[in-house]
Amino acid sequence: MNTLALATTNDHVGVNVVALTVLIALFTLVTVMGFMASKWRHAGMESLDEWGLGGRSFGTWVTWFLLGGDLYTAYTFIAVPAAMFALGSVNGFFAVPYTIVLYPIIFIFMSRLWSVSHRHGFVTTSDFVGNRYGSRGLSLVIAVTGILATMPYIALQLVGIQAVLEVIGLGGSGNVIAQDLPLFIAFAVLAAYTYSSGLRAPAIIAFVKDGLIYLVIIVAVVYLPSKVGGWDHIFAAAQHKMASPSKLTPAKPTGAYIPPATQYWAYATLALGSALALFMYPHSITATLSSKSRNTIRRNAAILPAYSFVLGLLALLGWVAIAAGTKPIGLDGVPNPQLVVPQLFEDMFPSWFAGVAFAAIAIGALVPAAIMAIAAANLFTRNIYREWLKPSATPAQEAKVGKRVSLAVKFVALVFVLTMDKQNAINFQLLGGIWILQTFPAIVFGLYTRWFHRWALIAGWAVGMIYGTAAAYNVVKPTLGGGTQHFAGSLALIPVLAQLGYIALTAFVINVIVATAATFVLRALKTPAGIDTTIKGDYFADEGDPRVKPLDEPIHLVTPSV
Amino acid sequence: MPNSQDHDTPGYVDHDTIPPANRSLMTVAGVLLLLPIVALMWVSSYARIEPKLGAFPFFIWYQFLWVFLCSACTYTAYRLVLKARPHRQMTSDAPKDQEAGR
Repeated sequence: MNTLALATTNDHVGVNVVALTVLIALFTLVTVMGFMASKWRHAGMESLDEWGLGGRSFGTWVTWFLLGGDLYTAYTFIAVPAAMFALGSVNGFFAVPYTIVLYPIIFIFMSRLWSVSHRHGFVTTSDFVGNRYGSRGLSLVIAVTGILATMPYIALQLVGIQAVLEVIGLGGSGNVIAQDLPLFIAFAVLAAYTYSSGLRAPAIIAFVKDGLIYLVIIVAVVYLPSKVGGWDHIFAAAQHKMASPSKLTPAKPTGAYIPPATQYWAYATLALGSALALFMYPHSITATLSSKSRNTIRRNAAILPAYSFVLGLLALLGWVAIAAGTKPIGLDGVPNPQLVVPQLFEDMFPSWFAGVAFAAIAIGALVPAAIMAIAAANLFTRNIYREWLKPSATPAQEAKVGKRVSLAVKFVALVFVLTMDKQNAINFQLLGGIWILQTFPAIVFGLYTRWFHRWALIAGWAVGMIYGTAAAYNVVKPTLGGGTQHFAGSLALIPVLAQLGYIALTAFVINVIVATAATFVLRALKTPAGIDTTIKGDYFADEGDPRVKPLDEPIHLVTPSV
Repeated sequence: MPNSQDHDTPGYVDHDTIPPANRSLMTVAGVLLLLPIVALMWVSSYARIEPKLGAFPFFIWYQFLWVFLCSACTYTAYRLVLKARPHRQMTSDAPKDQEAGR
């Protein structure tokens, strides 16, 4: 630890030893739990079903913890209050309507996906799409988009851990080994237990993570406001800061206290677009498919909003920090809003409780990172390795490849975080959200209708991807150095409406228009529609129904190539 | 796909159909699910400071309120959907070979 302490040269810190000790103790606890998880409801880890979907056996409460631990990531806990602190309600508080409208939306279609997946042994959405449309091409497109969108998301979880370590006083400037050693350790722990226990590890750790998060946020919301002068003062301070001129562009205010009329569309589209996108991410699908019955996910849609409430409270902590005068300055001396919540905890809580709070965030990074790595591995193994590289793979080979890919994916994320600027990770994650929403038509419309033509869906996807990427690139903001920075935000003018809106949703609408138009053309030309291997009843199947899992039958034999 | 009229087996169910549902109950469930989405997308209805609840601006507490309302709507919709479309037990995919429907 001494070397680590020496590595920090900044004046406002040394290492917070008490907080660090508590963090290490809790981290060790979950590590042990992670390794023991493979014995929980044990059935062997030799197939991808077992390793990658926990044997599809999780009931309502395990699923609640798992999904909660999965969807509300460490990065969320860092980024949402940071956005509230720096830019106000449009950029930060939209997370609340986002995670409210999310649940009616998934209520509607996720039970269908559960049913058809369990009837046919689908592990990924790409499996479903390939079989529904009889299209290997479309299936590949979905798999590649899923993997691409997930990678930066994993990287951001490591960024979340970094933020905590930085406030504790580890990392920052100094020699390379000392600077990144803690992150290496966290990474190694994560990789090792995911490798050995699969989805069971994050499922067990999620209990600890969610418990700690609830504890910390409730304590923070009860205890902190009185210390900084009460809620009246907090809201007044936030209103004052948001109305004062912005540092970069003094003609504009810093941010929005309450969204102004010009930003209603931005607020609504950010919420709706994010909600539609979230359950297209492979890690959400993996956690959902691991549940025991069709109705588990519906019951969860009614009880998961508990997390949304907590997220709203957490968002308000960004404003508590304004009233508290928190100065989120990194170890390199540069202001970094991402550090605002850890810094607030460090300033306001006794050291031991700050340690608990930091552990909550760090462990909060492990659960989603593990599930994301597993989900990306599922996609690669099923839809690229087995489909294109080695069709004769046995379930044991699949599980082996899956485990190795999950390691590789995490390693790439680590390299990403260590070698590239943090801003790049954030930019790519922003792009990931835009990209993943472009898979929505193929997946969700496909759960209801075969009307859309497979090639039309590919065309819509391609146009949506290109439009979304270009639009995000064109969002520029001036930097302090006088240059310009691309990918500076998620909002751009919506064509026709001339209002600011979430790029992902605009791209999605364009995607649907293209897919619809192209379907009319392709149907008029009578191009082959592909063979659908599902029947209508599959979409309503439940636990206890006979399940057909043609695992030995290579899927591509029954589907004509595109 | 086989048509149920062509099939002689008593109690035969064609599984390539959508299980029957009570339409009006399904519609009510649909409205309940749509309600929170419409309410929260309609930003101009709540982007205001007054009336405050304690120190909390309307904008903040109204959205917190919807967390609970949405949960209630979704749960009610869940009960309705269970009632409206009872689960139709699936039989083997090859009904000729097995006794179907029982």
